[in-house]
Amino acid sequence: MDKNTEKMIRQTAERLRGEILKKKVPSMDFPLRSLDNVLYDKKRGYFEIGEKVKERTLSVNTVKTFAQTVRLMALSHEIVRKDDMATKREAYYVSKNWGEARFLEQPESDAIMDDIEAHFRVNRERLGFIPEEKGGEVAGKLVVIDKDPDSGKPLRIDCTKFGSGAYSIPIACEELEFETKASFILAIETAGMFQRLVKHNYYTTANCVLVSMGGVPTRACRRFIRRLADSKKVPVYAFVDGDPYGMTNIYRTLKVGSGNNAHLNRFFCVPQASYLGVTPQDIIDYKLQDATHPLQEVDVKRARDALKNDPFIKTHKPWREAIEQMLQMGVRVEQQAFAKHGLNHVIEKYLPAKLKHPEKFLP
Amino acid sequence: MKKKTTIAKARQTGPAKTPEAGKPAAKANGKTPAPVKPPEAATEADRMAAKQREISVSEFFLKNRHLLGFDNPKKALLTTIKEAVDNSLDACEEAKILPEILIEVKQLQEDRFSVVVEDNGPGVVRDQIPKIFGKLLYGSKFHAMKQSRGQQGIGISAAGMYGQLTTGTSTRITSRISPKKPAHYFEIQIDTNRNVPTILKDEEVEWARAHGTRVEIELEAKYQKGRHSVEDYVRQTVIANPHVTLTYLGPDGAKEEYPAAARQLPVAPREIKPHPHGVELGILMKMLKSSTSHKIKAFLSRDFSRVSGRVAAEILRTAGIAETARPKAIAHAEADKLYRAINATKLMKPPTDCLSPIGEDALLRGIKQNVEADFYTAVTRPPAVYRGNPFQIEVALAYGGKLPAEELADLMRFANRVPLLYQQSACAITRSVIQANWKNYAVDQSRGALPSGPLMIAVHMASVWVPFTSESKEAIASYPEIVYEVKLALQECGRRLDAFIRRGRREAEARRKKDYIRSYLPHIGMGLREILHFNDKEEKKILDLLTNVLEKSRK
Repeated sequence: MDKNTEKMIRQTAERLRGEILKKKVPSMDFPLRSLDNVLYDKKRGYFEIGEKVKERTLSVNTVKTFAQTVRLMALSHEIVRKDDMATKREAYYVSKNWGEARFLEQPESDAIMDDIEAHFRVNRERLGFIPEEKGGEVAGKLVVIDKDPDSGKPLRIDCTKFGSGAYSIPIACEELEFETKASFILAIETAGMFQRLVKHNYYTTANCVLVSMGGVPTRACRRFIRRLADSKKVPVYAFVDGDPYGMTNIYRTLKVGSGNNAHLNRFFCVPQASYLGVTPQDIIDYKLQDATHPLQEVDVKRARDALKNDPFIKTHKPWREAIEQMLQMGVRVEQQAFAKHGLNHVIEKYLPAKLKHPEKFLP
Repeated sequence: MKKKTTIAKARQTGPAKTPEAGKPAAKANGKTPAPVKPPEAATEADRMAAKQREISVSEFFLKNRHLLGFDNPKKALLTTIKEAVDNSLDACEEAKILPEILIEVKQLQEDRFSVVVEDNGPGVVRDQIPKIFGKLLYGSKFHAMKQSRGQQGIGISAAGMYGQLTTGTSTRITSRISPKKPAHYFEIQIDTNRNVPTILKDEEVEWARAHGTRVEIELEAKYQKGRHSVEDYVRQTVIANPHVTLTYLGPDGAKEEYPAAARQLPVAPREIKPHPHGVELGILMKMLKSSTSHKIKAFLSRDFSRVSGRVAAEILRTAGIAETARPKAIAHAEADKLYRAINATKLMKPPTDCLSPIGEDALLRGIKQNVEADFYTAVTRPPAVYRGNPFQIEVALAYGGKLPAEELADLMRFANRVPLLYQQSACAITRSVIQANWKNYAVDQSRGALPSGPLMIAVHMASVWVPFTSESKEAIASYPEIVYEVKLALQECGRRLDAFIRRGRREAEARRKKDYIRSYLPHIGMGLREILHFNDKEEKKILDLLTNVLEKSRK
């Protein structure tokens, strides 16, 4: 399936064998995966992995992880060769056959899988490992062109034809093609808000594509939005809760990718996205003061941490101001808060008003 | 057995003596009935004098048995054995015989035991036997300063008397001085009023030994294992006296044999004259009185060590006493001046070559034979001096092996090769062990406690005069010089122990790492093989190379 992956793994294995035969201590390097090894460049628009590398040289302390890394690489090699796939969970269970070298908990195997991805600078799907996470849902003015698994013929999926349901984003979306005349894509945090907009045919009214992210968007979801937005030149607006989590986790990840997998963000981010709301200023503009909740300790911590450490937030002055405003107000607001003015206030008033001035959206 | 003490009946026992006129009135205070008739003082004094009589040493002992280590039945058993063994060892060493000692404890009734101690010593001449075993004797050691087990000279006779008082039986002695002479068997009691022996039996008997002494005493006692037990005492005695061959037969039929760990007698200690700085005023006065010198200057340089003619003259000048004064004629006031002058004068330290330490080698052999451990070490410090008395400290230490790991360290204390079993906490040795910071030596220690772990510590103090805290000779007084020396010896042992423990830990860690490495390395070979499809031979080669590289790197 993926000759390139096979070749990369074989090359690394050959190098290790060569070092061992030369009586050297074998070693592998992995880019350091943490926020302090993440670079953000406005022009590029996504998190990039920095220069920092951790060297895993075989030693008493590393022998276990080293052995597990080699074995997991071997597993990946075999999966790719046989054109098969394994979920992260399955890969974890395969290790149970490795005796002493087995993983005790799945986070252990996930971490090593991340190491291998980073080492080869590829996403895990290309290593034959797939995540179990759901990709998100889509409804609206969009036709997805997929392939029929049996005949291989193009399959046209009209995203307006799911009634009160929605199209489910597949885990691998590289092969998909799109047809759309939508004027924007609205990425929504909660399934509840997505349902309301679908129910009231908002995508027809506003001529848009609705995507439900269900919290922090998965890689597949980000990739889907990115490919759609890139190929059809459609703007992307995020509509999430007005709290630190919505801003610095959900939106930040959608736009520039995650800190933990910075080596993959080039593909798994949506740099053209902007933040529609809910903003702290909206609380004032739309008189939501009595529909807010006080910031919890964890919210405050998250906000302060973002101001201090998040390269994305630090780069953008409007974001720093928004977060500081929120901290100063000491409250958070949810998407559903507009129901205070009536259930469909969000459709009838809020979104149309906001959409008149996309240039005012937070970057 | 041979008593090394001189007879000095009742000298220290106190109130006895013939009453002197004039004094009794004062003494009688509180004793006389309330309404005292003042008239003729002489009559009253006479009447009181009539009431006063000599108190025998034996009577005194009877009332003060705790002073001599007979305060309870358990301790009485131990003290009896200890007195007999001390005498046997001293006698053998003086006669240059490698001691072979048999100790037997038999249970006769629930609280009645018989103690037998038999040796291969020089034996006791027939005429001496009743006096040695049937008369309480006092030792006087002021003038003859020499390292020995007994310092006070209360001998086996005290034990015999205790037996007699608690069971009514006699002390039974068999002794022979030469294969050419017959063995004598005696049964002796003490006339406790007059402190003289009563001979109940005196006969010649057949005895297999060429020379030696056997003493048997029946006494009220309690036998108990564990701390302060006879077994404990026996084991410790063997450790501090590696030249002894000892057999112990317990009341429960147990037989323990301890072959000699050293085939040589210890170097005989030398007798020295007292150092002036170690002498107290009272003793000084006594020495003045009993001196045979005619002139005080001669007295000073002849009866003390480290006093030359020049130094004696200097002392006398400071004291303002004429060099030609007669020692016997020095009055109390002058003696006091002399005493001060002595202490104000700088003197050479006393000679220290008079001591006979156990020695590091013998000590090591002793503990190796009696303690199963992984590590042994011993240190003999150079001699030092406290208050004019030369002394020398030795420490032996055993660690690991079968020593209990969860308990406090087992501390053994010895003074002149005699185990000290009681009053551990009052002893300078214990104090020093607690003060040494064991955590520095990889050993656990709680604040103010002995170290804990599989550790045995033996500390020996050899001295011409061991400063015990009380008559019962159970704890050594904490002179700073003594504590300091003990600590130095402990620290030296501690450093060696530390090196051993750390080496052990390093080795264990290395073994652990090796096992760890070996359980994961094969997976690297397997993984590479799965990717690269090589054969068994290559997989093995890779594994061997990896093992080599990794075990060599030791990272």
